[in-house]
Amino acid sequence: MAYSNKVIDHYENPRNVGSMPKEDPNVGTGLVGAPECGDVMKLQVKVNPSTGVIDDAKFKTFGCGSAIASSSLATEWLKGKTVDEALAIKNTDIVTELSLPPVKIHCSVLAEDAIKAAIADYKKKQGTSAGKSADTHAQPTA
Amino acid sequence: MAVKLPIYMDYHATTPTDPRVVEAMLPYFTQHFGNAASRNHPFGWEAEEAVDKARKQVADLIGANAKEIVFTSGATESDNLAIKGVAEMYREKGNHIITCVTEHKAVIDTCKRLEKDGYRVTYLPVQKDGRISLDGLRAAITDKTILISIMTANNEIGVIQPIAEIGAIAKEKGILFHTDAVQAVGKVPFNVNDLKVDMASISAHKMYGPKGVGALYVRRRNPRVLLAPQIDGGGHERGMRSGTLNVAGIVGFGKAAELCRLEMAADTARLSALRDRLNARLHKGLDEIYINGSVEHRLPHNLNISFAYVEGESLLMGINDVAVSSGSACTSASLEPSYVLKALGAGDDLAHSSIRFGLGRWSTEEEVDYVADKLTTVVTRLREMSPLYELAKEGVDLSTMQWQTEGQH
Repeated sequence: MAYSNKVIDHYENPRNVGSMPKEDPNVGTGLVGAPECGDVMKLQVKVNPSTGVIDDAKFKTFGCGSAIASSSLATEWLKGKTVDEALAIKNTDIVTELSLPPVKIHCSVLAEDAIKAAIADYKKKQGTSAGKSADTHAQPTA
Repeated sequence: MAVKLPIYMDYHATTPTDPRVVEAMLPYFTQHFGNAASRNHPFGWEAEEAVDKARKQVADLIGANAKEIVFTSGATESDNLAIKGVAEMYREKGNHIITCVTEHKAVIDTCKRLEKDGYRVTYLPVQKDGRISLDGLRAAITDKTILISIMTANNEIGVIQPIAEIGAIAKEKGILFHTDAVQAVGKVPFNVNDLKVDMASISAHKMYGPKGVGALYVRRRNPRVLLAPQIDGGGHERGMRSGTLNVAGIVGFGKAAELCRLEMAADTARLSALRDRLNARLHKGLDEIYINGSVEHRLPHNLNISFAYVEGESLLMGINDVAVSSGSACTSASLEPSYVLKALGAGDDLAHSSIRFGLGRWSTEEEVDYVADKLTTVVTRLREMSPLYELAKEGVDLSTMQWQTEGQH
């Protein structure tokens, strides 16, 4: 199986691997996929509550090289985007950027799902803990 | 000494042809090119003589009589001929076949074809160690059972089935017994009489011979096995398999069989030591790695390990100067994880995380050490980016988690 140079680059030098505290109200966590299917992605965004801009993004992925590359690329794209801009990222953008073959399209779908799940988690937290989140700045653990 | 890259550690897929085999084959392309079926001139005689010699060499390796060897294009054809040939020939007697879920596709898909034609097939499950239960086999036998087909050694996990015991049961019940012995013959002792095997499929390219040639051992006495031919034509191979013989390939097959017979003991001792070294070195560098299938009843040159929390294809990508194979869905054409590993009941996640190592005649200690060390580095790196590893280290039981899979949201 031949991988594109971009997939190989993300696999060998993954961007933003790590974890942020799940309990931080400004951190949204998405965990998608299943071990039986061979793909699990955890993607986290840390949003600046005053600007709505994603300051940091981290991922951890169990999956093939294309899954790792898709989530690594997603974290790169997320940084600096507003939450709404982030929701506009489409799996097809990832497919194009990484030149994923048809059998690997599900990796990009999973990455889009992970973005949406992470943002949904952040929004849920904001809804339930509105007003007291601004002064909470836990340090990333990795 | 620096190790030469890439490293070939996929000897269950195929083996390089031994140079001594190639040397034996060469005259049969240009010099002795005759058709072994040409009975009226020396070109034919030479070819026939060479085929006879090879037939004896192959027979000697498995304790058979030369007349019991039917040359084919390879073991897939041998499996087809044995199973379809018996099914057709003994249809009057019964329509039930017993096989096993971890068989090679050449057996499973042949059985599936027969099911469409009205035969009934029992696919025996395997136990956690990859072996069938003999009680389960006994219980599956009916008065309509005409054939038991159980492989000698599995191509993925190297697990060796209790062939002698199965042979004894088959004999006692008067049922024919076929075994796909592709991975075992030439690697471990295999004697058709000791094992009470009635038919055995063999392939040259799995034992340092050329591709495109194989054989089916067909017992001639006690009982005399009759097969309906699956390829019709000039009546070659005692009418069981028509088609001009691949003389050069057969000569190579014979030479390969002879070399295996003479060198098996030494090869086995060396390869099992190398395999154990690979296993020990991996276990030294990594925790949570699991051997798939029985360690005791196993080919000496096979190791199949699941590296928990790491996906197989990403693992292969990290060791791209090493040729091995994985049970991961991503590395298979079907996009399904290995059905053999799934059958062991270890969970699909471990099937996705598996690597098969196949050692062979030219494997070295340096290669084994290189592969073990490289894998240790890559697995450690991939675990650092694995959410499953992180969850497990937090004490989460992954098997009880609710996973959000595609289609559920």
